[in-house]
Amino acid sequence: MKSVLIVSLCLLFCYSCSVRAVEEPPRMPERTLTEVHSGLFYQSADTQALQNDNFANPGLLWVDRGLTLWSDDSAPGVPSCAECHGNISQMRGVATRYPTFAAEKNRLLNLTQQIQECRVTRQHHDPLPYESEILLALTTAVVHQSKGLPFDVTLDKQTYPYWVAGKNYFYERRGQMNLACNHCHEHYAGRMLRGDRLSQGHGNGYPAYRLQWQGVGSLHRRLRFCNQGIRAEPFDYGAAEYVSLELFLAWRATDLVVETPAVRR
Amino acid sequence: MTNARIAIPSPIKSGDVIEIKTLITHPMETGLRYDSMGQVIPRNIITQFECRCGPDLVFKALLNRGIAANPYLSFFFEVVSNCTLEFTWQGDKNFYLREVREIRIDR
Ligand code: HEC
Ligand code: HEC
Repeated sequence: MKSVLIVSLCLLFCYSCSVRAVEEPPRMPERTLTEVHSGLFYQSADTQALQNDNFANPGLLWVDRGLTLWSDDSAPGVPSCAECHGNISQMRGVATRYPTFAAEKNRLLNLTQQIQECRVTRQHHDPLPYESEILLALTTAVVHQSKGLPFDVTLDKQTYPYWVAGKNYFYERRGQMNLACNHCHEHYAGRMLRGDRLSQGHGNGYPAYRLQWQGVGSLHRRLRFCNQGIRAEPFDYGAAEYVSLELFLAWRATDLVVETPAVRR
Repeated sequence: MTNARIAIPSPIKSGDVIEIKTLITHPMETGLRYDSMGQVIPRNIITQFECRCGPDLVFKALLNRGIAANPYLSFFFEVVSNCTLEFTWQGDKNFYLREVREIRIDR
């Protein structure tokens, strides 16, 4: 009788072991922000007005470029994006699902990297630098199709480890100033940091037009600035660390909608 | 890559005073900045914008340094007949862009 009990206890123990070993995402990971605001909320009235102006928002110049590139069939023998995907409005909702796990690549891809994939494997172009005007314009135009839609990234067995990596990165101190993302974007959101009013650090408006850049830049460009601002070594554009962080940011912004192209100071 | 956006309201009635808006991609480099090697970055700005209705000048602007990149210009125009609006931007380094839009009076 005693041995039966021990054996069954053992079995039970092992069973719970094996359950814990599988990295299932928790159904509702806790969020630290009680009230969620887009970066737009923290901008000056002028900048808000510029973003909301459907003509004068300068980010729309990049959307227009992206639309031209979408149906560009000037290279002989190269199908345009439109030839395979139809009207760009078919891309509505796509950006809300990114970054996403690409089984054939066995890694997490963001939207810019997916567009690069299509350009290289399906259009046989040479790969472009991540922050090149062409990739920026195409990304801005594709993300813009999802304007007004909420984020909808998938947390499952495949994406969960990336989400964890992104979350850890967000709460880890780094750089000479020894600060983590949450210090600025959660503790001090709403307060001034030199000329900037700190937002909650969401990526829902990217690629965004930044007045200081006098142009459109990717979320990774913004993240590199945030790293450099605390004298931490930034990662390269398109680095796996930033893509994981992007997944965490998209999940963290679940209650917000896509605003691309946002306008920022 | 250079591209422009032009907004013309519609419908238009004869005698309407309409607002035309334009936006163009351009760095508007002032010529007053230095690069990381200490070299002056040469001035590269749009110097002139014109809008013509057929041969008639509707609006002209001379631009100078100190104007932000991707300049936005808007102006008002009284429509008295159908016409072809021609927009031209000219500047340093032989910069030139021309766009054409038709104005049609609706009845
Ligand atoms: C020293 C403070 C500081 C730290 C630390 C910091 N940032 Fe930022 N961040 C800023 C400032 C300033 C801005 C520009 C103002 C704003 O929008 O918050 C900004 C903007 C952003 C934005 C764009 C928000 C928008 O709506 O345009 C994102 C996203 C962002 N940060 C993410 C991060 C992430 C992720 C980290 C950690 C790797 C981080 N930041 C660390 C100061 C910081
Ligand atoms: C020869 C056909 C072809 C061309 C040309 C092509 N694509 Fe694709 N694209 C595909 C296929 C097939 C998929 C789906 C495969 C996959 O999910 O990886 C795809 C997937 C995508 C996705 C992800 C869609 C989703 O629902 O996740 C995006 C975004 C995309 N393409 C953008 C582009 C852009 C931008 C261009 C032009 C630069 C382009 N594609 C050119 C065939 C093409």
